[in-house]
Amino acid sequence: MDPVIFLVQVLNGIQYGLLLFLVASGLTLIFGIMGIINLAHGSFYMIGAYLAFSLTRLAGNFWLALAAGVVLAVLIGMALEWLVMRFLYGRDHLYQVLLTYGLILIFEEIRSLVWGDDVHGVPVPPALDFSIPLTDTLSYQVYRLAMSAICLAIAFGMYWLIQKTRLGMMIRAGSVNRDMVQSLGINIGLLYRLVFALGLALAALAGMLAAPISSVYPGMGNQVLIISFVVVVIGGIGSVKGALVAALAIGLADTFGQVLVPQIAGVVVYLLMAAVLLWRPQGIFGRA
Amino acid sequence: MDRQARSLQVLLLAGLVALVAFPFVGEKFYVQFITKVMIMAMFAMSLDLLVGYTGLVSLGHALPFGLAAYALMFVTPEYQAAGFWTSVAASMGVAAIASLVVGLLVLRTSGIYFIMVTLAFGQMAYYYVHDSKYLGGSDGKFIYVRPALELFGWKPFDLENHTHFYYVALALMVFVYVSLRVLLASPFGRVIVAIKENEHRLRMLGFATFRYKLVCFVLAGMLAGLAGWLAAAQDGLVNPEMLSWHQSGQLLMMVILGGMGTPAGPVLGAAALKVLELVFQGWTKHWQLLLGGFIVLSVLFMPRGLAQIFNWKRRG
Repeated sequence: MDPVIFLVQVLNGIQYGLLLFLVASGLTLIFGIMGIINLAHGSFYMIGAYLAFSLTRLAGNFWLALAAGVVLAVLIGMALEWLVMRFLYGRDHLYQVLLTYGLILIFEEIRSLVWGDDVHGVPVPPALDFSIPLTDTLSYQVYRLAMSAICLAIAFGMYWLIQKTRLGMMIRAGSVNRDMVQSLGINIGLLYRLVFALGLALAALAGMLAAPISSVYPGMGNQVLIISFVVVVIGGIGSVKGALVAALAIGLADTFGQVLVPQIAGVVVYLLMAAVLLWRPQGIFGRA
Repeated sequence: MDRQARSLQVLLLAGLVALVAFPFVGEKFYVQFITKVMIMAMFAMSLDLLVGYTGLVSLGHALPFGLAAYALMFVTPEYQAAGFWTSVAASMGVAAIASLVVGLLVLRTSGIYFIMVTLAFGQMAYYYVHDSKYLGGSDGKFIYVRPALELFGWKPFDLENHTHFYYVALALMVFVYVSLRVLLASPFGRVIVAIKENEHRLRMLGFATFRYKLVCFVLAGMLAGLAGWLAAAQDGLVNPEMLSWHQSGQLLMMVILGGMGTPAGPVLGAAALKVLELVFQGWTKHWQLLLGGFIVLSVLFMPRGLAQIFNWKRRG
């Protein structure tokens, strides 16, 4: 393979992987800390993309729309936790699966009612709307590089929040022993609501960032959701570090799969998952 | 015999009589609709073997169903009928092999991993079929002629006739119901119910629980395959949507709605959800909003399903 093409594919793979990381880390946090499996996570990716579409038009500025979108996603997430999710703590995963499956149907129809069933596009922010020429014919979009940078910054931010701050300490403690944290005078209900909302906001942010390069369309959250599950299974449930490693591996595997073995490109990531299951059923960074 | 068992038997008998009598009075549309319901009921019963009895929550049960449907398409010559027995064997065989391969991998995990991994393998099959030009891609393929049922040269049923097809589906549904009852009453059945209860203890007692679960997974896959065969034969069409995870999700809803791990729960759940779907679709284009709302509310307020109303106890 030509080295320049190789470089472009590597960059694409990393960019896709980092985007997956945003979605998957929210999923893995919500499970690791609250013990909830949330199928509606992908819906928030979709909602994020549609919010980016509407808010960019409204505000006239992509970055402003991004900020407003994240705030909205956090608010919706907190409302959702208060309305339904808090009744699912400690219940069989089966019911969590079903309820959040029902939520997917609801969100999909709300999307249809509010935005219709058309495919929309979001313009790339003008400041980043140019490409770096690599050869005479090949170039690389700066927006994609910026996306990767933002995702990396968020990954570091998350690490800092969870490992270095007081809030992070409470969250980590809450994942180990809910009752103990509560008897120490910490409002665990509020803490969970916050974690849930932040996890969903990560998914929504990923959708917003992806909107300018992938277009905005019905059902766009489903595929991302399932690939995120694959990421979480490979990385180990509850492990943010595992999610990062697995997301990058999946991003690269998928990108190179489409170039090298286009006939079976759709199943490459699942084969990777099957291999990891044979080797380490609990995931690379999962606790046995 | 206690009261509960007797009331169940009365209900089942009444239901069977009603089903046998229905084609004499029902319109064609409803005969076909109930055929669909019975196929979904078989499919739901096969999932209940995993979810309700063995404690394996699979979110990828559309995989054996859909692959079996494609197997029927595959063995049907272009403008001729496939043989009943050979095509059923092909469909159930494909479903069994697929379930065996997937089962060997997914049963290495448990709990929440199991849910995610079964979902992921289901999607893998979906994308494979969806992207395969050979299998008709996203449009799927038609099956122009339904299989022909022949028993030593005797042809009791013409499957092209919707009433005959109805009775064949009914007979197969009863067959699946009785097989599952026999299976669960057997020593094998006692073991799998115990696996749900406490797998660790069972392993300590010397049972190779992995093998029991694998056999169960393959059996459930084969019964799903039988349902897939019927669905493909009825619609005369196979497409990737048969493998989609919405299929698996709604199936799980049927099992829970009826009452998992109860004898007639899945049948009741399949009927209830299909009827609800029909009603909602009549009301609005956005019927999935109502269905989603119904699912959320029933999880919150009726976790044990319709069986709660009849006060059927769960076994295992």
